Amino acid sequence: MLGKLSFSAVPYEDPIAMGAVVGSILLGFVILGLITYYRKWTYLWAEWLTSVDHKRIGIMYIVLALVMLLRGFSDAILMRAHQAMATGMSQGFLPPDHFNQIFSAHGSIMVIFVAMPFLSGLINIVVPQQIGARDVAFPFLNSFSFWLTAAGALLVMLSLGLGEFSKAGWSGYTPLTEMEYSPDTGVDYWLWSLQIAGLGSLLTSVNFIVTILKMRAPGMKLMRMPIFTWNSLCTSILILFSFPVLTAALTMLTLDRYLGMHFFSNTHGGNTMMYVNLFWMWGHPEVYIVVLPAFGIFSEVTATYSGKPLFGYASMVWSTIAITILSFCVWVHHFFTMGAGPNVNLFFGIATMIIAVPTGVKIFNWLFTMYRGLVRFDTPMFWAVGFISTFVIGGMTGVLLAAPPADFVLHNSLFLIAHFHNVLIPGALFGYLAGFTYWFPKAIGFTLNEKWGRRAFWSWLIGFYLAFIPLYILGFMGMPRRLAHYDNPAWQPYLLIAAVGTAVIAFGVLCQIIQLIVSIKQRHTNRDLTGDPWNGRTLEWTTASPPPVYNFAGIPVVHALDAFMDMKEKGIAYHKPNRFEDIHMPRNTACGFILGMLAFSFCFAMIWYIWWLAIFSALAMLFTVIARASDEDIHYILPAAEVERIENERFRQLAVATDRAAI
Amino acid sequence: MTSEASNIEAVHSGAFEEDHSVTNQALGFWLYLMSDLVIFSAIFATYAVLVNNTAGGPSAKDLFHLPYVFAETMLLLFSSATCGMAILALQSGKRNLVLAWFAVTFLLGLGFIVMEIHEFRSLILEGHGPEHSGFLSAFFTLVGTHGAHVTCGLIWMAVMMGQVIIKGLTIPVQSRLTRLSMFWHFLDIVWVAVFTIVYLMGVL
Repeated sequence: MLGKLSFSAVPYEDPIAMGAVVGSILLGFVILGLITYYRKWTYLWAEWLTSVDHKRIGIMYIVLALVMLLRGFSDAILMRAHQAMATGMSQGFLPPDHFNQIFSAHGSIMVIFVAMPFLSGLINIVVPQQIGARDVAFPFLNSFSFWLTAAGALLVMLSLGLGEFSKAGWSGYTPLTEMEYSPDTGVDYWLWSLQIAGLGSLLTSVNFIVTILKMRAPGMKLMRMPIFTWNSLCTSILILFSFPVLTAALTMLTLDRYLGMHFFSNTHGGNTMMYVNLFWMWGHPEVYIVVLPAFGIFSEVTATYSGKPLFGYASMVWSTIAITILSFCVWVHHFFTMGAGPNVNLFFGIATMIIAVPTGVKIFNWLFTMYRGLVRFDTPMFWAVGFISTFVIGGMTGVLLAAPPADFVLHNSLFLIAHFHNVLIPGALFGYLAGFTYWFPKAIGFTLNEKWGRRAFWSWLIGFYLAFIPLYILGFMGMPRRLAHYDNPAWQPYLLIAAVGTAVIAFGVLCQIIQLIVSIKQRHTNRDLTGDPWNGRTLEWTTASPPPVYNFAGIPVVHALDAFMDMKEKGIAYHKPNRFEDIHMPRNTACGFILGMLAFSFCFAMIWYIWWLAIFSALAMLFTVIARASDEDIHYILPAAEVERIENERFRQLAVATDRAAI
Repeated sequence: MTSEASNIEAVHSGAFEEDHSVTNQALGFWLYLMSDLVIFSAIFATYAVLVNNTAGGPSAKDLFHLPYVFAETMLLLFSSATCGMAILALQSGKRNLVLAWFAVTFLLGLGFIVMEIHEFRSLILEGHGPEHSGFLSAFFTLVGTHGAHVTCGLIWMAVMMGQVIIKGLTIPVQSRLTRLSMFWHFLDIVWVAVFTIVYLMGVL
C-alpha cells in the first residue's frame, strides 16, 4: 500500500537531522499561520500560485532560490564546522554517512535549486521588458516550468525527514549510485528531483528562445538587443542542448536501479565510465549556463553605473557565442585522470584553455566601460567590482587545472573545490545578487536599503576570501575533497580559517535578511516613482515600478542600441500614446500548479515504490494536460479604458516625481 | 506627431496575434524536437559504447530478424505518408478526410507498436531481457524510448481526432495537428537511424 515507506523512514536517531526537520516544520506552520491570520489565501492563490505573468513567476523563482540558498548554506556551515574539528582523535559531530549526505545535498541544491531558479527568475522578470514584449511566448508553459522546479526542491527538502538524501555527491558517479552500493532511497531522491527540475529548465529554455527570437519590439535587431538578453538567449541555447543529455544519463541510471539494467554497472557488460562522460557532457555546459546570465548582469550594471554605453558590444556578443559553442568541447577536463590517454586529454586541455579567452575579452570590456566613465557606487556596482577582481583568480586557477599534468596532482583536491567556488560565488552568485539589487525596485516598487546592502557585500567578499583561499593552499598540501575525517594536523589551521570565513559569510547573509526587513519597513520613503531609479539605458526602465500586467501600453519602436538611453538623449523618452487599445492577456490557471504537485507525487511514489500512486499521478497529469489543451477560454481582454486609467496614473506619478526631482 | 518621431506604436487589436502565436508554437515545438533528438543521440552513443558488451550472451546477429523489422519499418514509413496526406487534407479544410487519414495513420502506428511489443516479449521470454547485459540494456532502452515516443504520439493522435470531431478544424486544432505531424515525421526519421544502426549494422 505504501511501498517501502514506513515510520522507520524518519531519522529518529540523528539529532541534527531531527532538529532540521522539526525546525522546518515549525517554520512552515509559522508561515501558513501568518497567511491565514492576514487572510491572504485567496490573494496568494489567485495572484501568485495560478499566475502566468512572467514577472510574478520570476519573483517566485527568486523566492525559491533564496530559500534554498539558506538550506544549501546551512549544509556549508555544517561541513566547515565539522571539518575544522574532525582530525586525530576527534571524529567531528557528523557521522560519515550524514557528512556524505550533506556534501551531496549542498552541491545538488546550490547548482540545481539555487543557481538555476535564480537565473530563471531574473531572466523571467527582465527579458520580456528588455525586448519590449508583453509576456513570454508560452505563459502557461512558464508556470508549469516553475512548478516543476518547485516540486524538485520540495522533494529534496522532504528527504531530510523521510528517508535520506544521496551520499554519492552531487555528480552521482556510478557504480556507487547503483543499487548494489546505494540500496536506500537517497540516490532515488537525487535522481527524481534532478529529473523534474531539469525538465522545468528545458521548457523554460524553449520559452525564452522563441520569446527572444520572435517577440522583440519593432526595430530591435539582434545587434540592438541588450546584452543581458543576448546572454539569456545563449544560456537558453546551452540549456536546450545540454539538459537532454542529463535526462538520458539519469534515465539510464534509473533503469539500472529500478529494472536491474546494466548501463553503468560493474558487471554484465556495464560501462561505469559512460556515465561520467554523459554527466559532464551536461555538467560543463551547466556551469556556463549558470555564469552567462551573471556576465550579462555585470554588463548591464557596469554600463549603467559608469554612465556610458558598454564598451565593445559586438565583441561581447561574439565572445558569448564563442563560449556557448566552446562549452560543448571541454567536458573531459572534469575527468582527465579517468584514463582517456594523453591525446584525448591534450585536445580537451587546449580547448579548456581556449575558452578562457572570450571570458578575458569580457573582463577587459567591463574595465574599459568603467574607464573614463562617471562611475557611481551603489550596491550593484560593488558586487560587479568585487566580481571582476575575485573571479579572475578563479579563472586563472581554472587555466592551471586545464593542464592535464597539473590536474593529475590536483584532481578532486581542495584546490578544485576552491577553484569552482571561486568562479561560482564571485561569478554567478555575485552576479545574481547584483541583479537582484539592481532590478528589485523594478519588480517590487521600492529600492533596497543601501547601507545593509554594502554591509552584506563586504561580508560576502571578505568571508569568501577567508573561506576559500585556505582551500587552495590545502589543495597544494594534498588534502582531498569530501573528507569526513583527516589525520594530517597541518591541515587544521587552514580549515579553521575557512570556518571563520563561513561565519563572516553568514553575517553577510544576515545583513541581506536585515536589508529586506528594513527595506520593507522603509518602502514608502524608498518608492521608485519614475520606474528608472538608476538612470538606466534599456527598455525595462521605461515601465512603471512595478509594471502593469501588460508591461507596455504601446509597444515601443527601437532605433538604436540602449534603446531607452537613445530615447532620453533625443528627448522622446516618456510619451503617452494618443489612443489606447484593448490588450489581450493570458488568463491565470491552476493547471501549472496542479501539474507540478502531481509531478511531485509521481516522483515521491517512484522513490518509495508506491506503484498505484505513481500510476495515478501519471494518469492525472495526462488528463490535466488534455483538459488544458481542450480549453479555448485562456485569454481575457483588458479594455482600452482600463489601460488608459492605469497609464494616466503612471504619468501622474511620473509628473510628481519629476517635480520633486526638479525642486 | 509623425510616425518617425513617435516611438510609441499602438498595437493592433483583433485576434490575439493568432498568426504569430501559431508560428511561435511551431518554432517552440521544433526546438523541443531538437532537444528530444539530443536525448536520442545520447542513447545512441551509449548503444554504440555497449553494443559489444554481451556478457557472454547473445549479440545482435543472434537476436534480430530483419524481415520482421522490415515489416515494422514499412508500417511506420507508410504511417508517415498517410500523416502527410492528413495534413494535405487539413490544408484543404476537409474535416472527414483529415479524420480518415489520421485513423489510418493511427492503425499503422498501432501495428508498429504491437509488433515491437511482440519482439520485446519474445526476447524476454527467451531469457534475453534488458537486465542480462549492457548490450541488451542499451538495445531495449534505445528501441523502447522510440516506442514510448510513438505510443505518446498515438495517444496524442487519439485526443486530436476527438478534438477534430468536437471542435472542428479551428485554428488552435490546426496548429496542434501540424505539431503532431512534425512529431510523427521526426519519430520516423529517428526510426530510420535505429533501423540502420541497431538492426542493419547489428546483423550485416
